[in-house]
Amino acid sequence: MLALDVQLARPGFALRVTQEFAPEGVTAVFGPSGAGKSTLLRLIAGLERGAAGHVQFGGEVWQAPGVFVPPEARGVGYVFQDARLFAHLSVAGNLRFADRRARGLPGPSRGEVVEMLDLAPLLGRRVGGLSGGERQRVAIGRALLGRPRLMLLDEPLAALDAARKAEILPYLERLCTLHGLPVLYVSHDLAELARLAHRVVVLAAGRVAAAGPLAEVLADPALAGVLGPRGAGAMLAATVAAHHPGDGLSELAHPAGRLFVPLIAAAIGARVRLRFAAEDVMLARVRPDAISALNILPATITALAEAPGGVAVGLRIGPDAAQARITQRSARALALEPGAQVFAILKTVAFARDDLGAAARLDSHPAP
Amino acid sequence: MTLPELGPLWLTLQLGLVVTLALLALALPLAWWLAHTRTRAKPLVEAVTALPLVLPPTVLGFYLLITFSPRAPFGGAYLALTGETLTFSFTGLVLASMVYSLPFAVQPLQAAFETLGRAPMEAAACLRARPLDRFFTVALPLSARGVLTATVLTFAHTLGEFGVVLMVGGNIPGRTKVISIAIYEHVETIRLAEAHALSALMLVASFAMLLAVYSLNRRFPQGWGA
Repeated sequence: MLALDVQLARPGFALRVTQEFAPEGVTAVFGPSGAGKSTLLRLIAGLERGAAGHVQFGGEVWQAPGVFVPPEARGVGYVFQDARLFAHLSVAGNLRFADRRARGLPGPSRGEVVEMLDLAPLLGRRVGGLSGGERQRVAIGRALLGRPRLMLLDEPLAALDAARKAEILPYLERLCTLHGLPVLYVSHDLAELARLAHRVVVLAAGRVAAAGPLAEVLADPALAGVLGPRGAGAMLAATVAAHHPGDGLSELAHPAGRLFVPLIAAAIGARVRLRFAAEDVMLARVRPDAISALNILPATITALAEAPGGVAVGLRIGPDAAQARITQRSARALALEPGAQVFAILKTVAFARDDLGAAARLDSHPAP
Repeated sequence: MTLPELGPLWLTLQLGLVVTLALLALALPLAWWLAHTRTRAKPLVEAVTALPLVLPPTVLGFYLLITFSPRAPFGGAYLALTGETLTFSFTGLVLASMVYSLPFAVQPLQAAFETLGRAPMEAAACLRARPLDRFFTVALPLSARGVLTATVLTFAHTLGEFGVVLMVGGNIPGRTKVISIAIYEHVETIRLAEAHALSALMLVASFAMLLAVYSLNRRFPQGWGA
């Protein structure tokens, strides 16, 4: 259990966080840039000496008035956005640097780490010649070989293009399923978080705006302003019901109805998680017919909240919470209010392929 | 052509070696501190460190001579402690040369440490490396260019000093008579052949050292790159 009660003041920025983090699994730290996500991670690692307050991990006090455990004694693995590999050492040298200083500590062996991250072909290479994706793989491996008790990942994919991201995400998924190693994962990309994390702490302007299971936080209309129209939305858990190669579609079964998405490579019966953004949801009072959208599910309105440029509408679709973003005018015209029955029209395009691909792999460790 | 006696050459090399090693040991922590401190006294320390660059060697030598004098507190304490005077001794020469060459050791190191920044040290700290450990295994190797430059500049600059040596050390064969003094003496006594030989040696050696620095510098990683 990681418990924080910390303050840090800088000109034009103040961080004040009181929060407990789960002792296992992946917790996402999400928020707009400048919200203090990286500062929070640095503070946990012991890299911000100017911070005041308490940091406690398990039974250990890492920081308290008069107490400051330096980073080298905390046992955190830190993966920086810019990898920070040591340029004077080869890839193998970077791994050895960590391995040598963590001898005898419990954790994965060098061989396991090399295999898990496919580092064998890189071992003899110089750091300067690595691609961005390779660099991050080495940085993750190096952090793991430090045998950390807590992993901190600070936007490890932010500096990479989409192709590199797709290349490294599977490795991150493996890291995030390592048994017993709690992970804090900072990102401002929800598609990424949906693949990796099940809990989220939302930071806004140096404060915790929300914390809880990812699916619930994403669907909370009160957080629409913080999450933004592409951040807020929903995750639906469904199973693959059928494939229609002729139409290029896969059919998914959700308790509220059937969904069609572009053909995915997942077996019939596999569980998948689908994510869509609030602004990709339309609402109708009566079930529309003669409409091009394939995915229309009955929903109940749970809440309405003001959001920048419109109204955030909280929905319940079967067992799942979801959110739609509509204009004030539409909200008035449809006379929306909590308890009202509507139909949620999900544009097919809202199902991003990489979300689906990941979801297909998530069935081995289902969402809580 | 008469060959000059080689005593001053060995003495000069000895002086250069001792001063370079001692100065590196002093300049490494000082440069590290200057690169990372946030104290308001930093410009003051930097100015004092850079003084030998602009002061005439005779001025520096004059003040050192006064400081080293057995009647001054520092020189007196040294005399009481060791039974020797600092003036006109090899030890005095070493101390004077360290002051004289200080900026040549500190400035390249400080620049290298500033370029390095905190990032690699933070990464090392998160891999359980303690402060001294990460200084020697991360900061120093990544600052190889600066260390090399500081070493060679200090050495070469110490070999070439004249004014300070003359003021503090005088011209005692085997103790304080270094090459530059020997050359001066040869010219004074119109033994130009010896002066030629020693001067040419200095020229070639200095050039070779600088050439080595600039060639080697290309092979080291600039900054810490990745």
